[in-house]
This record gives sequence, C-alpha cells and structure tokens, in this order.
Amino acid sequence: MASVIDTDSVLALDIGAATTRAILFDVVEGRYRFVAVGQAPSSTHAPLNDLLSGVSDAISHLEQITGRTFIDNQTNSILTSIQADGSGVDAITATISAGPPLRAVIAGLLADVSLESARKLATSTYARIVESISINDPRPAEEQIDAILKANPDIIIIAGGTNGGASQSLQGIIENIGLAAYLMPQDRKPLIFFVGNREKDAEVKEILEPLSSALYTAPNIRPSIEKEDLNAARKELARAVVEVKKMQLRGVDEIDAWTGGYLLPSIFTEGRIIDFLSQLYGAQKSVLSVNLGASATTITAGFDEGLFSQAYPQFGMGNNIVEILENTSTAAIANWLPMDISPERVNDYVYAKALYPHSIPATKDDLFLEQALGREALRISIQRSLKDMPADVPALKSGLLPLFDVIIGGGSIISNAPTPGQSLLILLDALQPVGISTFILDPNNLLPALGGATVINSLLPIQALETGAFSNLATVVSPVVSARYGVNILSASLTRADKSVSKVELKQGGFEVLPLKLGEVGDLSLLPRNRADIGRGPGKKINMKVGGSALGVVLDGRGRPLELTSDNVRRRDLIKKWLWSLGG
Amino acid sequence: MLAPVIHQLALTTIVRKRLMPVDGEVIVKLNQKVSASDVIGEASFSQSHHLIDVARMLNIKANQADKMIALKVGEKVEEGTVVASDKGLIPRKIKVQHSGRVVAVGGGQVLIDISKRDYQLKAGISGEVIEIIPKRGAVIQEVGALVQGVWGNGKIARGRLHVLAEQTNAILTPSQLDISLRSLVILAGYCQDAESLKAAADITVRGLILSSLHPSLIGLARKMPYPIIVTDALGKQPMSPTAYKILSTNNQRDNVSLNADFFSRHKGTRPEIVIPLPQNSLPPEPIEIDQFKAGQTVRIVRAPATGAVGTLIDLPAKQQILPNGLRVTAGEVKLENGELLMVPLVNLEVLG
Repeated sequence: MASVIDTDSVLALDIGAATTRAILFDVVEGRYRFVAVGQAPSSTHAPLNDLLSGVSDAISHLEQITGRTFIDNQTNSILTSIQADGSGVDAITATISAGPPLRAVIAGLLADVSLESARKLATSTYARIVESISINDPRPAEEQIDAILKANPDIIIIAGGTNGGASQSLQGIIENIGLAAYLMPQDRKPLIFFVGNREKDAEVKEILEPLSSALYTAPNIRPSIEKEDLNAARKELARAVVEVKKMQLRGVDEIDAWTGGYLLPSIFTEGRIIDFLSQLYGAQKSVLSVNLGASATTITAGFDEGLFSQAYPQFGMGNNIVEILENTSTAAIANWLPMDISPERVNDYVYAKALYPHSIPATKDDLFLEQALGREALRISIQRSLKDMPADVPALKSGLLPLFDVIIGGGSIISNAPTPGQSLLILLDALQPVGISTFILDPNNLLPALGGATVINSLLPIQALETGAFSNLATVVSPVVSARYGVNILSASLTRADKSVSKVELKQGGFEVLPLKLGEVGDLSLLPRNRADIGRGPGKKINMKVGGSALGVVLDGRGRPLELTSDNVRRRDLIKKWLWSLGG
Repeated sequence: MLAPVIHQLALTTIVRKRLMPVDGEVIVKLNQKVSASDVIGEASFSQSHHLIDVARMLNIKANQADKMIALKVGEKVEEGTVVASDKGLIPRKIKVQHSGRVVAVGGGQVLIDISKRDYQLKAGISGEVIEIIPKRGAVIQEVGALVQGVWGNGKIARGRLHVLAEQTNAILTPSQLDISLRSLVILAGYCQDAESLKAAADITVRGLILSSLHPSLIGLARKMPYPIIVTDALGKQPMSPTAYKILSTNNQRDNVSLNADFFSRHKGTRPEIVIPLPQNSLPPEPIEIDQFKAGQTVRIVRAPATGAVGTLIDLPAKQQILPNGLRVTAGEVKLENGELLMVPLVNLEVLG
C-alpha cells in the first residue's frame, strides 16, 4: 500500500446493516474529490453470512459507474496499489455498522457515577446494555453471576474507582465477573474492557485476561468523582467492537487486513469527522449529525466542550423497528401523517417493516408512514440524547435542542426522500432546532467514510466536502418565543446578488420560505419581534451572509416545542401546508 | 442482485443441521430415524448457581479457607454436605444449602451448579440422521413438502395435519376449535383474538398454522404450549396461494413437523412446516442463494400488492420512479391475474 502522505485514490468501504457502499475519492486538479459511490445489499445475513460478497458487489457497481478496475479478476482480490494499467487504488479505508448490536454488561461502583459513565460509553457505539452491576446492587453474588450468564454478553465494560483511590470495592465486582466468565463456554467468552482505576489494570489483566476472548484497557473514564472523560476509552472501544464483529461475522478479518487494521465502527468515524468539522467551523460553532440507519439511529454532536455520540439500536429502522412502538404510540406516529390512517394500519405497517427490513414503501401512503416512523424514531432518540449532552453547551431554553450551526442528516428515509422539502421537514419535525442552522444532506452516507479517511489523509475530508459531496438543504431560522398564535415574531429580508429583495413577516405558527438558489449568496436581515430569540438573546437582530441551497431560507415559526393540534382535520391540513411550502 | 428465497415446495429434500449452543452429548446414532420432537442431544448449560464464601463466613483469609474446603470441582453434593469446618472446641461447619455439582473452588469460595434441568436439543424435523457432529448435534434429512413461515413461537411438535381453513383468507374463531381437533396440527387462517389461541390450548392441539396473526397476540402466542407458525404476516393477510395449496392437499397427512423457530436473518432460521412424503429417490434440495432473474416466481411483500404471487418478467437496467417519487431498482412482475406491476426488487422474495 502507498505511503499515507502521497496517497491519491482512496476507496472507502462502508458496510451497513442494509447497504454496503464502495466510495471512491481521488485527486482531480490537485484536490481531493468525491468521485462516485457503488452500492449493493449487505450480505451479513444468512445464507451467506459473509460481508465480502456485499463488498464485492458494491465495488463491482463502482467499477461499472467509473469504468475503473479495483478487483483483480484472476485472483478475485482487491488491488491495493495502482497497477501499470491504472487499475487499483492507493489506499482503502473501511467502516462498519452491520451485524447485531453488541450485548453489553456494564459494571461500576456507584450507580450514578462510574456505572453511569460506563452506560454512556457503551451506548456511544452499537451496543445494547443487557445487564448492569454495581456495589448498590442488592442481589447476592451468585445472582449477579447468574444474571451475567443469562445476559450472554459479547462485551463486559468495567468502570469504577478514582485514580489513586481505594480499590477494594471493585475487587468483589471483578471476582464475580471472573467467575461468570469462567463458567461460560470457551467459544462464548466475552471481551472484557476495563476503564476503571488505572492502578487495577495489571491485576484485572492477570485475573480476567485468561477468562475472556480478549481484554482491553483504557484510561479511567471517571478519573475523579467530578470528571468524566470518555474520549480515550471511545477509541479503544472502537477497536474492541471490531474484535467482537470478527467473531460474529465472516469477512471482517479480511476487510480489517485490507485497511491495515483500521476498520472502525461507522459511528466512531462519524464522531471523528463531526469533531473535526466543529473545530474547522471555529470556536463556539456546534455541529450535529443524525442518521436514521437500519441498525440504529445515531446522534453525534461536536461542541467546544467535546464530542457527544450515541447509538440507539432500539430505534433503528430495520428489524428492530417494532421497539419504536414500545416507546411511543401508533397515535403519535399517525399524528405526523397528512392523511387519515387507523392506528391498526400503522401497527401492521411497523410489523411488516420488521419482517422485511430491507423493503421500501412503494405507495404514497406507505412513504408518508415510513417518514412518520422516521420522525418518531429521531424525535425519541434526540429527546434521550438531550439528557446526556453536556449541560453547559449554548442553548436557548432547557428541554430544547442546543444551538447548532450545522445540522447534517443521513439515512435512507431522510436522504432518499423524493424531494428536499420532505427531507427537511422530517429533520425539522423531529429535531425542532432553535436559532439559525444550516441543514445539509448526506445523500451518499459519506460521513463515516470521510471520518475513516482522516487516518489516510487529513486533507481528504476538507477538500471532498468543499467539492459538493453533500447537498445544502436550507438555512433555517427557528425563533424561540412565548407568543400567541398569529402574532408577528420575526421580520426577515433577503437581498440577493441581483439586488432582488424578498421580505416576509413570520407569525407565530407560521412557516415561510425565502428562495435562494444553489450557488447564490444573499444578505439576510433578521429582526425578532415580541422578544423572540434567534440565538443572540430576546429581540436581538442578526444580519448575515447566507449561501444558496435547495430550499433557500426557511423560517420556522411553528413554536418550540412544536405542539401538534389535536384537531385531526386541522393538523392534517397544516402538515399538507408545511409540505407544500417546502415544494411538496 | 441477491434475492431472498423463501421455500414453499410440494416435494423436496430437506437437510437441517441441528446444533446445541455448547458442547454436550449427542444421543442419536447415524442413520437413526427421528421425529421432530425427539431429543437428539443434551448439554449442561447452567445459569443457576449457589456461591459459598467460606473465607467470609469463617472470617479468615482466602488461602486459609482454600485449605479447609473439602470439595473438588466436578463433585456432586447434596443439601447438607459439609463444605468446610474450622477447628476448635465447637467447630463451625459450613454446609451446602442446595444439592448440585461443584463447578469452581478457589479464593476461599465454592461455586455450585444447582440447575435442575439440562439443555435438550430436539430434532425439529422428522427424518434420518445422516451425520453426527461430535458433541454438538446432528444433520437430519427428510423428503417431503416444505413450507417456511415468517414468524414462530419457538416451540416444536409433530402430528396429523387437519385443514380447518377452507380458503386462503379464512379467519379463525374460537367456536371452530372443538374437541374433535384434539392432538391435531391445525391449518387455520388469520387469528385476531386471544380466545382462539386459548381454545386451541384447551383442546391440546399439536400445533397451529396461521396465515397471519394480529400483532397484539404475539406475547400470548409465545406463551402457548404448542407451536404456532405464521406463514405470511403479522397483521391481517390471506395465506399465499402456493403455501395453502401445498398444505391443503396434504390434509390428514401424519407426522407433520412444526418447528416454530424464530425468524432470524443473521442465523438463517425460519419457522418451518415439513410434511414427510414417501419417495424412492431424493428430489433436489431447495436453492438457498439466488440472484433476481426473469422467469422466477416471486412474492410481493409490501403494498400495493402485499402477498401477491407472480412471475418476474423483466429487470430494467435503469432505476425506475415509483408513484410516490422514490427512485429504485425494480422488476416488472406479472401477477397471477395477469396484472403487470413495477415492484422494487427489495420488496420481492423468490419462491423456490
């Protein structure tokens, strides 16, 4: 493989639960560009149970699109360097979200301190917590051991003990975990990840390494009672997840070897690129990325205060979609529909989707149903994540989304929606942003690939982003105000380069659009009324330059939080009107 | 593009590998004939233990306690067996409180497996054992009809097939389930009420084959003592005509296997109905992997023609735009009534 410095073409593989993508980046006129993406259904399920088949199909599709060759037909292996005939690539990166979520047991000392940090760490990747143990646990040791055995974990994360603090309390937990691991069959022993008191590292290694499939350690995620630091542990966890995937899925070993050991979970690399982007945009700038994937809904946010990342496998749009019904109601889903559909029909739709997670809506009603499900999955996920986001990030009101300058949406329900208006409305309804945000669509699910590519070349993500890899959806202004329906809350004026001017008065409950085409730049003047806040404080005006996008400037005066009327006829009419405002 | 395949075959050779989750003892022999509910393997897979912390109870160090523990790993113990005792005028004795088997000794502790029941692996299908997988299970082969479903409640049984559903869109009612159906495998239609499931339990049916099941009944269906296999959908839907024809033409056939296994894409498991049929030679085995191609019999799994069966007649190279605006890779399907539909390939499964 070529040196990481002079790498030109980069093939990025992203292996999802439903789709495998082969993405080509190459240097054109001295700058990295996103060239094309080949896609194929993932092959991680039976009867193949081997992700290489899907990878091979996705690369073949990319070959058809680009006319280039990446696979040696004679050996059927990937060409990991540029050949004399121009075939092959300089470097390969890969990310993965396919496969069942990890079954995680978490252990810590205090339930609301180290155990809580262990929970955040576990849910920062594709994992479901199936058991938790702490010193507050009233169960006797034997019941804890049996609970671990019943949980049948892929991974056990052990936190607890401040660095330099007492370690005796942790000893009992380690011994119980050791006994449970000892009793597990050899081929089902879990990976153990220790992120507690560093002074226990050697002891933990001595006791638990022989009883585990692998033992990983990382710096203490709770070095003191007051301080939580998940960053270093997240990095180690990413590799631990890949180790578990190697045991679950055929082909993971090979892909990891192709990348020189840099295969990483998609959510981890997505976090890396979001962190990178939030730094790139500058201090005080926050970036949010949401992805409605088949395996999980993921929320990743980059703040000055650090990175926040959470995966919600229970709200994935694939075969676990039924779990959405356990966290919301069919009526709540139906509330997002522009037509009258019975709760029974919503229920049947969810179960049909669970049985055939790769299927897609083929009728207009089904499309709206799928989008309504997506809204609810994203709405619940973001509500959960608000509780775990850093408390001191800039926000206009507690309980609402913090201020985000850039919001990126991905996942097929959002990015494959037939119109930009539908994509944007799903995001607005579910996230309910505040202040001023630029909405961007990631139609080819490039974020994880770009995050993966930073390992090869840090210039690649910046340059690829500048060359149209994403689609700009809209600049959205969402005032926060306490005002009666119909009262003026914002005066907006947009002056385009051709001197044409659009002016609008946004009323509480209203929804307005000021078109500004892609490639154009305009001067936007915003004057909040009635003490409305658009990010600088109540009534503070903002003048800014805005770039053109698919929809232009969207003024969302529907209220925060958005409360849908219980009048069914009126609500459906409003939903139709909002959709119509955004072009249908 | 790879096509998902669901088997609905009137005559085929069915080969199933049955494995225990952990090493154990395989109790069938090569070439042995088995029935679906026969136990073919047993393993000890305990999740129930009793921990005796001798060191803590005697208030001594772990290494001192280890020297006093009189039990060894593997030893069977009865309630009251002395684990350890200290010395003195009145020695304290620590006794086992539950009978079981010692699985670990060390660190001043003794761990005893107190589970009452071993794991048992059932054959899941009738037929002949054609391969023994040492310590793990066996491969069983049968010749007959095979109908796969979309949902199962995890139970296994066998019995005589009785066709209660007179058509593909029949609805099961409790009053249909009388004592004359006792010990039979019942082919019914859509089940929409809990009473029907309970009535089937009351008359001790051997199993229930449904076209569809109301989603609210999933929890109850899992608790039923007999296997339930849903062939088509969770939510009201008629039975696929192909499945109905295969099953109804085998009315009153004996030794029908119902393995109501969970549908798992990752493991490749599906609930299955197997009807043994007499044959002198082995018919071809079903295909497990296929690519979409013209001429295949396919079933549509989503609206607007959910459950309809037809023939895939064309696979346009270009993406198609659906009436809802989505751009997809699609195939043209000719339904049995002659209607032509452009269907996303991901909404099709091959019947084979």
